[in-house]
Amino acid sequence: MRFPGSDRSFDADLGLADDVAARSGENIAACYQCAKCTAGCPLAPEMDLTPNQVMRCVQLGLRDIVLGSSTIWLCTTCTTCTTRCPRDIDLARVMDTLRAMALESGVQPGQPQIPLFYRIFLYLVRRTGRANELPLMAAYGLATRNPFKDLLLGQKMFLKGKLKPFSPRVGDREQVRRIFERAEGHCEDPVPARGGRGGDRGGESEPESRQQ
Amino acid sequence: MRRVGVFVCWCGSNIAKTVDVEKVTAEAAKLPGVVYATDYRYMCSEPGQKMIWEAIAEHNLDAVVVASCSPTLHESTFQRCIADAGLNPYVFQMANIREQCSWVHSDRELATAKALDQTAMAVSVASKGKPLSRAQVPLTKRALVIGGGIAGIQAALDIADAGYPVALVERQPSIGGRMAQFDKTFPTMDCSACILTPKMVDAAKHPNITLLTWSEVENVSGYVGNFEVTIRKRARSVDMRKCTGCGVCEEKCPSKVPSEFDAGLGTRKAIFRPFPQAVPNVPVIDRDNCRWFKTGKCGVCAKVCPAEAVDYDQGDELLKEEFGAIVVATGCDLYDPARMTEYGGGRFADVITGEQFERLVNVGGPTEGHIVRPSNHEEPKTVVFIQCVGSRDDTKGFPYCSKVCCMYTAKHATLVKEKIPDAEVYVFYVDIRAAGKNYEEFVRRAQEELGVKYLRGRVSRIYPEGDKLRVKGADSLAGVAVEVDADLVVLATALRARDDVAEVARMLSIQTDQYGFFTEAHPKLRPVENIFAGIYLAGACVYPRDIPDTVAAASGAAAKTCVLFSRDSILSEPMIAEINPDRCSGCLTCKEICPFDAIEAEVMVDRMTREERTVAKINEAVCQGCGGCVAACRSAALNLRGFADEQVLAGMEALCRE
Amino acid sequence: MKLGYYPGCSLHATAKEFDLSTRAVCEALGLELVEIEDWNCRGATAAHALSDELAVGLAGRNLALAAQQGLEALLAPCAACFGRLKYAAKALAAGAEALPHGLDSQAAARVKVHNILDVLLNVAGVERLKERASKPISGLRPAAYYGCLLVRPPDVAEFDDPENPTSMEQILSAVGAEPVEWHHKVECCGASLAVTNTPSVVRLVAEILAHAKSAGANCVAVACPLCQTNLDTRQAAAGRRVEERLELPILYISELVGLALGIDPVNLGLARHIVDAMPLTRTAFIQPREGATAGG
Repeated sequence: MRFPGSDRSFDADLGLADDVAARSGENIAACYQCAKCTAGCPLAPEMDLTPNQVMRCVQLGLRDIVLGSSTIWLCTTCTTCTTRCPRDIDLARVMDTLRAMALESGVQPGQPQIPLFYRIFLYLVRRTGRANELPLMAAYGLATRNPFKDLLLGQKMFLKGKLKPFSPRVGDREQVRRIFERAEGHCEDPVPARGGRGGDRGGESEPESRQQ
Repeated sequence: MRRVGVFVCWCGSNIAKTVDVEKVTAEAAKLPGVVYATDYRYMCSEPGQKMIWEAIAEHNLDAVVVASCSPTLHESTFQRCIADAGLNPYVFQMANIREQCSWVHSDRELATAKALDQTAMAVSVASKGKPLSRAQVPLTKRALVIGGGIAGIQAALDIADAGYPVALVERQPSIGGRMAQFDKTFPTMDCSACILTPKMVDAAKHPNITLLTWSEVENVSGYVGNFEVTIRKRARSVDMRKCTGCGVCEEKCPSKVPSEFDAGLGTRKAIFRPFPQAVPNVPVIDRDNCRWFKTGKCGVCAKVCPAEAVDYDQGDELLKEEFGAIVVATGCDLYDPARMTEYGGGRFADVITGEQFERLVNVGGPTEGHIVRPSNHEEPKTVVFIQCVGSRDDTKGFPYCSKVCCMYTAKHATLVKEKIPDAEVYVFYVDIRAAGKNYEEFVRRAQEELGVKYLRGRVSRIYPEGDKLRVKGADSLAGVAVEVDADLVVLATALRARDDVAEVARMLSIQTDQYGFFTEAHPKLRPVENIFAGIYLAGACVYPRDIPDTVAAASGAAAKTCVLFSRDSILSEPMIAEINPDRCSGCLTCKEICPFDAIEAEVMVDRMTREERTVAKINEAVCQGCGGCVAACRSAALNLRGFADEQVLAGMEALCRE
Repeated sequence: MKLGYYPGCSLHATAKEFDLSTRAVCEALGLELVEIEDWNCRGATAAHALSDELAVGLAGRNLALAAQQGLEALLAPCAACFGRLKYAAKALAAGAEALPHGLDSQAAARVKVHNILDVLLNVAGVERLKERASKPISGLRPAAYYGCLLVRPPDVAEFDDPENPTSMEQILSAVGAEPVEWHHKVECCGASLAVTNTPSVVRLVAEILAHAKSAGANCVAVACPLCQTNLDTRQAAAGRRVEERLELPILYISELVGLALGIDPVNLGLARHIVDAMPLTRTAFIQPREGATAGG
């Protein structure tokens, strides 16, 4: 199956639906595109693909389109779709799976600042066992070259004692690190142990078998 | 020693793809007792059957084994075939090498070995078989039709027109069923009452039809041709011979309750006819809501009735009747939208069901045919229809499609546009199923000519916004979320089996599927019959259906009934239990467990001791050959003709033989 | 009654009020809270968005620690932590291998996870709340805002109705408030997109608060720190978007209950809100009820 394009046609990735189904544990084929998910999604107005179109692209094997969409990043995992889907598909879980696959694939993320934010967050957790908003916001601001975003709000919150420059660290940080390493054994795109751009490049090695 | 012929079928590629049928045939020819073995592509076809006839004559066969499909499909076919060739149809065995072999295995070698085993067993069983005969059993040529909707009415009329008496039992005060509630019918937009009421009157006036409304079937026993049925004729509290149908009692009754006929949108009185064109046109008193029956006060209806027809002392009547055939036409019920909490769960007055809309738009309904918002009785300017509410839904409803909602929603949308031409009408659908005569054209007309906007997507939720209802849906074709602020929302709710199907099924020995719909004898070839002879199925109690399919099924059931009644007797079941009284100890365990009450005790004189003793006796007309007594008998005094112990053991020995 | 306590990262910082008020209220109601020693961040949205094993592992460690420390049940006031801890417990029970050696997955799977509404309604109970509410907050008309993760998805949260929950209203009524009837109880506020996609969050917050206001509410009751942060810190921008002065203090359910129990508003953290909550606390106090036992 091919999708004719203006420069060249590209082939459907016929294994995509099975991959996503295996990794997420959800029955991708069951989706009959009723769009109830789209109808209730709070972020649908900002998405390039609607949630039901994400499912359709997975079914048809439009890998790069779906992994490069803004949709999978804009999803807040509010699970409204999951709760109302008449085919009992946990679409929020499928979105989680697609996010992981997107980072592994090296496709340019549709909303790059969002995985960036998550990586900084997890870097802090890996180092200290906790997430502290102040360094998180600072690092994010610098990384997005927008250090003045929410500066006034940040100031207000700091003065009310809602932002702390230092927070306690977990004692057994080694144990926390091991949790990260265990997860990386399965995950092709490791969260960087040090800060910096683990970012939008995928893992260099060949993907190992993705069995759960 | 038997002379057995073995006929192995390819069933096209159904069997031959997995089982080496030629090998089976060659090996079968070597089995003890087999004098002839052959194979053919389609054994049940004319050339195939001809092969069997010719082989019987040529090789002087006295028993036949066909290795092919399931006996439930073609046992009777082959039995007729060998009967035509002069053999007793019961020295016949089928080895099911399709459903029990080729269709469930994929390894050719193992499947072929299994098919051989099955054939060898069948040959041994056939070798020990004895010719059987069937007795003539008289039948009562009178039909019972349960359910007075269009299916029941049609079936009753057809059977009655054929000259047989029919009793039509309906639990509501009037016949008419769902069609009486409808306004117009798709796709012709015929007025439902106009096409239904003449049939209702015909049924009432037909000399062969006995109408029993406000009645229920309480018990059924017996068997085809000889059913014994107990019918409870509930007390109407009105003398039908005196009542003139003037309606004064209804007018004056002070008690009001929500009307079931109006789907809760209107009210009725405690003494009521469900609708003015009720047949019979005689009211009943709903004793649970009548002040006289609850408190002893009132009695207005009796006072004002000019014919003195009200009779509070009337009691239920229990009728015990005999029938030869029963047609079940009990219809279906509707999904409760309260389960769909995201649509308000029944809390919003302006979110109604398709059934309620039908009553709104009907001139005999609570608003005299004016489409208005239940909240404020104003005309709606924006109407939203939502299809598939509870249908095609694995989580809050039923996985199946209810078949009629796409069409009736198009009908409703058409009616809105006709009555309120400047209204904006939207239909949220998942797929359009319009597979009937002129159905597709009807839906297209609503979209193209009348401007109804069809949006492909489900609605996620509905909530009040100001004095309107905000409908949050989507259109998957354009790939957008969609919002409509509606005045009125109509939910096309799923059709579902009635709540009491389990009891009805048990009473009539009908099987139900996982949804509670009655199961036909065969989904393709026997759509109006039940697996138990003499009971026929028609209408929506089998599956969601529209009117033409329902009427066709009803006439089909009637035809089957007439086929049954066209003979003066029926042949009894030949494969029944047989008792050897010399071995019987008289414990009567068999009598206790027989589900058909086919075993009695009888006193006989013992040949040896010359003393009287009790033994069991099989009523051959009633016995259905289930074999329960045979298994329970500790004295081995019982055996099953055609499936005898010695046959079963022979089959086992054949299997163990290497 | 002893409950493990998992504050989660936000309760130590941006949601300090939630921590303060929860502790104060539990103490007043006779519930002992034991903070899980050496608890770690369970990864928020970042973990499950990138790796399911990581999310189960980080959350699961806290469950395993609770089990090790003899705590059979724990309270996670943050709705997101509640939802994900429960998810992790189920995943571990189903055999997920996300925890390293030294942490007992099976013991972790057996720990019961409660949210704050569950504790107030089912562990403490409506009767105890009514009894101890010495200062019923009858000037307050809160819109009870549940957000997403307290009630969804239903097979994980296993709490209240996912479309029309009423547990928060029951608690609010028990302490004298008059919760309004409204239809945006479970609409998403935009959650973690607050930082990366602020305009979307402003849009969603505006929708929620405008409906709360038109339903007649004078404040909003919440039980999730991210919801509180969004509805509070983005309220000004939301107000500009709908061209309306919203002026709706966003109060944690524990703050509201704490007020009714007679605890000093400052000790509950009420002075720390961005949309000032203190004026409301003054209008809320009516005569102390006769015969009610003093709380706090």
